This record gives sequence, C-alpha cells and structure tokens, in this order.
Amino acid sequence: MNVHEFQAKSLFAQFGVPVPRGKEITSPEAATVWANELDTPVFVVKAQIHAGGRGKAGGVKLTKDKGAVSGLAKELLGKTLVTHQTGPKGRVVRRLLIEEGANIAKELYLSILVDRDTGYPTFIASTEGGMEIEEVAAHTPEKIIKEAIDPAVGFQGHNGRNVAFALGLHQIEPAVLNPFVKLMENLYRLFMEKNAALVEINPLIITKEKTLIALDGKVSFDDNGLFKYPDVQQMRDLNEEEPLEIEATANNLNYVKLDGNIGCMVNGAGLAMATMDVIKLAGSEPANFLDVGGGATKETVAAGFRILLKDPNVKGIFINIFGGIVRCERIAHGVIEAAKEVQMTVPLVVRLQGTNAEEGRKLLAESGLKLEVANDLWEAAQKIVRLTGKAA
Amino acid sequence: MSILVNKNTRVVVQGITGKEGSFHATQCKAYGTKVVAGVTPGKAGQEVDGIPVFNTVLEAVKKTECDTSLIFVPPPFCADAILEAADAGIKLIICITEGIPVNDMVKVKRALRGRDVRLIGPNCPGVITVDEAKIGIMPGFIHKRGVVGVVSRSGTLTYEAVHQLSTLGLGETTCVGIGGDPVNGTGFVDVLPLFEKDPETQAIVMIGEIGGDAEEKAAEFIKQHVKKPVISFIAGITAPPGRRMGHAGAIISGGKGTAAEKMRALESAGVTVVKNPAEIGQAVKKALGR
Repeated sequence: MNVHEFQAKSLFAQFGVPVPRGKEITSPEAATVWANELDTPVFVVKAQIHAGGRGKAGGVKLTKDKGAVSGLAKELLGKTLVTHQTGPKGRVVRRLLIEEGANIAKELYLSILVDRDTGYPTFIASTEGGMEIEEVAAHTPEKIIKEAIDPAVGFQGHNGRNVAFALGLHQIEPAVLNPFVKLMENLYRLFMEKNAALVEINPLIITKEKTLIALDGKVSFDDNGLFKYPDVQQMRDLNEEEPLEIEATANNLNYVKLDGNIGCMVNGAGLAMATMDVIKLAGSEPANFLDVGGGATKETVAAGFRILLKDPNVKGIFINIFGGIVRCERIAHGVIEAAKEVQMTVPLVVRLQGTNAEEGRKLLAESGLKLEVANDLWEAAQKIVRLTGKAA
Repeated sequence: MSILVNKNTRVVVQGITGKEGSFHATQCKAYGTKVVAGVTPGKAGQEVDGIPVFNTVLEAVKKTECDTSLIFVPPPFCADAILEAADAGIKLIICITEGIPVNDMVKVKRALRGRDVRLIGPNCPGVITVDEAKIGIMPGFIHKRGVVGVVSRSGTLTYEAVHQLSTLGLGETTCVGIGGDPVNGTGFVDVLPLFEKDPETQAIVMIGEIGGDAEEKAAEFIKQHVKKPVISFIAGITAPPGRRMGHAGAIISGGKGTAAEKMRALESAGVTVVKNPAEIGQAVKKALGR
C-alpha cells in the first residue's frame, strides 16, 4: 500500500526525522488560512498523488507571495496530472501539501528496503540526490552506497558512520555527520516498527543553515503486515486506486487491471501470469491479472465474472483453472450460476484441468451456456483469441 | 533416490486442527506420507484422522521422532511457529502459509542463519517425492514417478508443468515449491545442487517469475555447476512494472526483475528457456532425446 507525501512526512516527524513545516490542504480557503499561519519567505504548493514525476508535470509550485498561495491551490486542485508514472489518463489532484521552502546547499538520496538476496533491511544512499535512483544505479553504480542492518541486533552507530563517511559528509558538511547517523537510526525504527516495504527520502537536503531536512518522502507498506497497524490502514486513499481493484479486494480476489481486451480468471498467481503470457503469444493482450486463489468458491467465481464484465475493454473471457485443492466441478457450478446471473455478452472459453476436471467439463457442456470448453492451455488461448477476432 | 523427503520422512503438521491443516494432513497421509504428529497449542490428546495432536512441537518430537514439519498456522503466528519447529530440533520446515509480513520473515531468516535446519517457503505448495511422500497441498494424482526434478516459485503453474511431464510419460522425481514471497528459506541455488547430485534425476525444470534476482543467481550457478539439462519458464513477460502480480515477490521494481532479463541470463547459461508454458513438457522430452 502506498501513502501520500504528506502522510509519509507525518510519519517521519513522528519518528524524529526532520521535515519542513507543512500541512495537508484540500481547498483554496484553507490554503489562505494556512499560508498566513505558515508565514515563510518561500511557499511550496505540492500536488498529492500516488505517483512520481510531479514536478515535471507542473504539480509543484513555488511562490514568495503569501497572497498567491490560494490562487496556486485553486489552480492545482481538481487538475489532472499526467506523469511518467500515472499512465496517459493521469490522476486528479484532490489534496495538496503546502509547506515552507528550504535553502538547499546539497541534495542526497537515502532509502531503506529489504534486500531480497540477503533478507536484511538495507540502506541505499547516494550523493546524487534529487535524481531517479535507478538512473544513478544504471549509469554511475559507484555512487550507490549500500549498508545492510543485522535484524538480530538492529541499527548500530557504525552502520550510520559507514554510510556518512562513504558519502563524504565529513567533507561536505561536518556539522550534519552526527544528525545524519541519528536520522538513519530513526528511519530504521520507522521501517521495522511500521512494517514498511520502502522508506525513501529523495532528496534529503543539507540546508545552508547546516541542518538536514527530508524535502520529499515516500513510504510504502507491506500489505501482509497491515493487519498490525490500524493507524497505517487509515492512510489508505481509495481515490488513488482502481475501482475494480477495490471491489476485487473486498471479494478476496487478487486483481490487477491491464490494458488488453481478454479478461482472464485463473487460480494461482504464477498460472495467472503464465495465462496472460499465453494470451499474448496467441496474438492478443490480457485485460487483467485475476487470481481467484486456492479456495475458490461459486461466490468468488461469480464476483470475478462481475468484475471482468465491468471493464468495457473486455471482448472475451478466458477461465483457466488447474484444480488441485480447488475442485473443477465446483468452479463449473460457479461459472454456470454466474453466467446465468450476469448478462454474458462476450465469448467465453473455459479450460479445466486437474481434480474432477472431466466432471466439470461435462457440467459446462450440458449447461446450455454459450461457451467453449478446452483441455489444453495453448488450445484454449488460441480459441479465445480467435473468438475475439484476432488471428493467432 | 530423490531429494529432501522420502518414504522414511516423519512429518508433524503444525496447525493440524484448523480447516486447511486437517484437510491436508489427511490428504498427505492418504498419499502414503508418514504423518506421525500434529500440533495445536491446547489441543493435546485429540486426534485428526488417527494422527495424535500435541501442544508443542517439542513434545511431538519427543513422542514421535518426527523430523519434518508442515506448517498451516495463520500468518500472524507463523514466524513463531517456524522458530518453534527449529528450536525443537526439526531439520526440514515446510511452510505453506501465505501472507506472512516480510519483516517477520526477515527476523526468521536471520534466526535460522548458520543452523542445521532448512526452511522451504513460506507461501509455497510444499515438496513431493513421487510415490513416497507428499508434504504439501499439491494434488498427488497428477504426479508420476519418473526422471525430472521440478523446482518452482509458483503453485498451480507447477501443477501445469507436472501434468505435462506426467502426460508425456517422463514423470518426476521430486517437486519443490520454494514459494512466491520476497524473503524465503530456500532458493533455486539451494535446490539445483541437490537435483544435480541425485542419480535418478535426469533433467531439471525450473519455473521462475518476475521480481528479484533468484533466476539470475540460478543462471550463474547452473553455468558453473550443473551438467544436467535445465528447462525453464519465467512467468510474467506481460506484467507491467510496479504492480504486484499476486505473489508478494512478483513485482518489477526499479526496472529490475523483468522476465526478459531473467530469460536472457538463463539462456546465456545454456538453459533451454520456453516462452510458451504449454511447451514445457515437450522441451524436456527433446532435451532428454526421447
């Protein structure tokens, strides 16, 4: 789960990581009130959407004029921002972060995430702050500093010093050396205590006043750990999520919307991905990823159907079930019931294999429904692609 | 021969009185696996399909000499369950549970480091040595004893591959699901040398997916140490970056972990990479010259 910058910064503040004074604002009127209270030489008005590249897309405005803040707020609120991470449809700006500007002397990069290879929480730092870290890693890998933290003992001072000296902070600005080590320790606490998947500060700045400030902030959470933290759950902003994905989650389905036109429903994540790949190989594009899970029931299948059919791009549906724990005849019952319930307007290919597959196929064949049954994965993919009007 | 588990493996099922635990303990036993104990705290004295239930793993080990654990404990309590098994002297821990917080697994993995215990999973279908022991949730009947070792990050996609191998008459030795989580106990590089050494295994099927660099690491290992033919499929060539595809570990982030990158690495290590998952079986057949 991702959260907004203003939420990330409130977590930073909670854990003692310095941030600019700022506030979440949702109306031009509130912007005026807050600008008067903030009373700073430079005001920064930042659009809050779950995507990077806001600056380049015109989502970040600066002004020295207190009276201009509300006008900038009015301009940004309700505007659709298109960045390299939003896709062509962009995202509507519903909230802003209005904060004080800072005097930047130097920009750094600092983040923490679990290194999958070692299984250790690992800091990544660089002197190339403000840039895309992937770009830095690709072109100047020597400028990336990594420091793994042993989870058995937690963050130690030397972990911080290793990074601080490797960055050359003792040469850049010795006054921030110790605060930097402390900041890393606080970031580690935030990461572990809130079960974050990623905590990133880009840029982390050294100000002309020789202090450290997290000028931008990104925090994402491990969905599996959310049950422990009601405060974090409350940060979820449904406006930033695909409505069909929200509906799927409510039905215990794992759904990701894509741009193609063959809807697919599969049991198991790996097989669901493989099914998407096969659709592409057969000459078309998948409309979604949908894993109905190991415990698929008639109800989940019906919910899956409704979600697939709500996507206007879907021109055909491919159901691919390899029965293990899930019994195929149960899936068949679910398909038959759901297809009767919802208005099936597109071609349907069902491929059943594994536990009670034959029984399931027989049920479908005798149901009187307009559908094609297949035994084999490749045969099924070719069928649905042909039925939706593209040659394999 | 086979790897990891065989007909002498003695299994304790943690979480045996739950819905999943009791169903699968029964299924494993019916397959012929020696399921000798179950554990659910506070339920000692009960039986599940004739399998005695104990309060602690330690007690189960003392009374039944079980050496392998199969875990169905719900995610919030799962880290504790894995560590309990390790502390009780269990040598092989197979964790089926899906949804364990990553930071819990970080601590578990650290705690198991350097100890004489192997964790498989979490979020995996388990391990089966065909006709000897099924320790997991895979449907036993699709397997057929044969010559191919299977190692996979996925569940049902593994069944798909196994089904093809069985239908073509090639059959399997042992199938190992290593799981779809970003931090897990056993990786491809841990399983590949076991198959390489196993005299009965003639070819290896490796099923990967997007996310992380386990496949790249495996490619390096294969180049150096594996002489048997390896056939691989990587799921997720159509997956967009930044989206988690079901498995917590299946995500392309920062331009890393794409299927294309993994396929390239494997091909350069001499692995036969199939683009179409429906052709895994045929590719193995060809590699074995049959």
